[in-house]
Amino acid sequence: MKPLKKPIIKAAGLAKVYIRGTEEVYAVNGIDLEINDGDFIALMGPSGSGKTTLLDLIGCLDNVSSGKLEVFGKDVSKVKETSLVGLRRGHIGFIFQEFLLIPSLTAIENVELSLYFARRPQERAKLLQLFEKVGLGHRVDHLPKEMSGGERQRVAIARALAVSPKFLIADEPTGNLDTRSSQEIFDIFKKINKEEGLTIILATHNPKLGSQADHIIYLKDGKIVSKEESSLY
Amino acid sequence: MNLFSVALKNLTRKKVRTLLTIGGVAIAIAVLVSLWGFDTGYQRSLNSDIDKMGYQLLVTAKGCPYEAATLMLQGGGGLRYMDESVHKQIVSDPRIDKITPQLVATAYDAARQEGRGGVSLYMGIDRSYIDLKPWTKFKLGKWFSSDDANEVIMGYEVAEYEQRAPGDKIFISGRNEVLTVVGVFERNGTQDDGIIFMPLKTTQKIFELPGKLTGIGIKLKDMRELSKFEEDLYNVPGIQIISLAQVKGTILNLISSAKAMTNSVALIAIIIAVIGVVNTILMSVFERTSEIGVMKAIGASRMDIFKIIWVETTFICIFGGILGNVIAIAGGKTIEYILKSILPYAPKGHLVVITPHILILSFFGAVIMGLVAGLYPAFRAASMKPIEAIRKGE
Repeated sequence: MKPLKKPIIKAAGLAKVYIRGTEEVYAVNGIDLEINDGDFIALMGPSGSGKTTLLDLIGCLDNVSSGKLEVFGKDVSKVKETSLVGLRRGHIGFIFQEFLLIPSLTAIENVELSLYFARRPQERAKLLQLFEKVGLGHRVDHLPKEMSGGERQRVAIARALAVSPKFLIADEPTGNLDTRSSQEIFDIFKKINKEEGLTIILATHNPKLGSQADHIIYLKDGKIVSKEESSLY
Repeated sequence: MNLFSVALKNLTRKKVRTLLTIGGVAIAIAVLVSLWGFDTGYQRSLNSDIDKMGYQLLVTAKGCPYEAATLMLQGGGGLRYMDESVHKQIVSDPRIDKITPQLVATAYDAARQEGRGGVSLYMGIDRSYIDLKPWTKFKLGKWFSSDDANEVIMGYEVAEYEQRAPGDKIFISGRNEVLTVVGVFERNGTQDDGIIFMPLKTTQKIFELPGKLTGIGIKLKDMRELSKFEEDLYNVPGIQIISLAQVKGTILNLISSAKAMTNSVALIAIIIAVIGVVNTILMSVFERTSEIGVMKAIGASRMDIFKIIWVETTFICIFGGILGNVIAIAGGKTIEYILKSILPYAPKGHLVVITPHILILSFFGAVIMGLVAGLYPAFRAASMKPIEAIRKGE
């Protein structure tokens, strides 16, 4: 019997339209979804299926075109992007395929910057523990360009975790990594989810990785095709 | 970690570009500081020149007042002659504290200026000249032995230039007269340093100007009587009165048009520098589109981004301002040399005086320049939507 879980994200008829020339393109087209605290969800589907757009909406990075979206019980579908920053800051952690670290800052400075933005400065000792957790204890004072892809992604994960977010959004986090690093990064996600109960929503092309999540949601043409619960769950 | 260190680190990323932009700002600020320094220095030197004349009024023969003003500062009187009787007429006026007659004469000397030829200035004076300038001191020798002796006292610079000492004989070209040097004045930083002085009567004799004067310097007991005194002298025919306050005004007027010109050059330099800064920062903002997007995604507010870019721009201008001041101080001598060669009348002393006041003012000018130049790029960066910024940068 599953323990009763608290929903933190609720979407109903969620849609996002882009105007391309004269054409309206529905990147996300009527999605109903409920994500509970502690879930580990993998979004899968071909390119252009709307994975990234859905993550952007859930991550409060983009405005909703129509439908309803609640994050932490707050209806964000009518809120302008500029006002969403308060919701993002310190509540949502982001991890991108391209890592997107600030190249002029060292690993630890990248993390410190996000803490600065969140107005939550922390002791270096505390940050070093965090780097240990992502397996990067020895390279905190290196610049991103001196690191491998896997190491950079670990910095990005540390940056996302530093502000103690309520959930983590990862868009193709292993898309630029080799198989071994991919599994290592994925293992970090699994560990944080299991040990700390942090909600993780992740998009991936890789069925081998995706199948290791608790829930798998398949998208196609902006719609949910199927929802599966992992056999491991 | 704070915004300042993030901004500084961003600037070190493209070092050449940052340095070039700082250089542009530095040049603009250097031009500005030099101009202000010139303004200050010129007025200061002019004031000191005029104060050191010792008199407030100069009576000369009627003529162009501009010419008289310039000639006066260069040699002590317009080269028009009036009769000595004017001096006799006013010398006993009770309002006069000190009065001195002068006769300026020139002689072309082919040997001057390393053989290119030049004009030597001679001035006939009497004891009263020293009374008006009590600070005058002899470096060597002494006063003339008599009122009509064939003797000269040389100004410091002309003596230095011609390598003369008391006892030497000098020859006035075109006049076939030989005179003996009896003294050399101490340097006093005015045009007197370049003049060869003779007894008034000797000058009148040698230059064949019997009973003539070029000017009469007057110092009043009470400056408040100046305008009344001037008015009274209008009744004397054939003369004009130049007050040194007027001369100062005249000269400042002459250079003010040149100043307006140079100020507009400085303004253009600053506008170009500002455009350069805006361009550089905008370029770096666009290059960092995805970075800015990611900063916003992880919680940076519009204001955070705005501040980072604003601080970067201001840093560039501050460094440019400091460098510009250094350049202006280092290059002041060169500018002074150039100015002295092109100005119609250059006072003695330093033409470019860069005061702490100017340095502080120009520094704040640079800061304001940075704040203004940074507004638009900072606004552009702050307005980027995180999602568009991230995807565009990919």
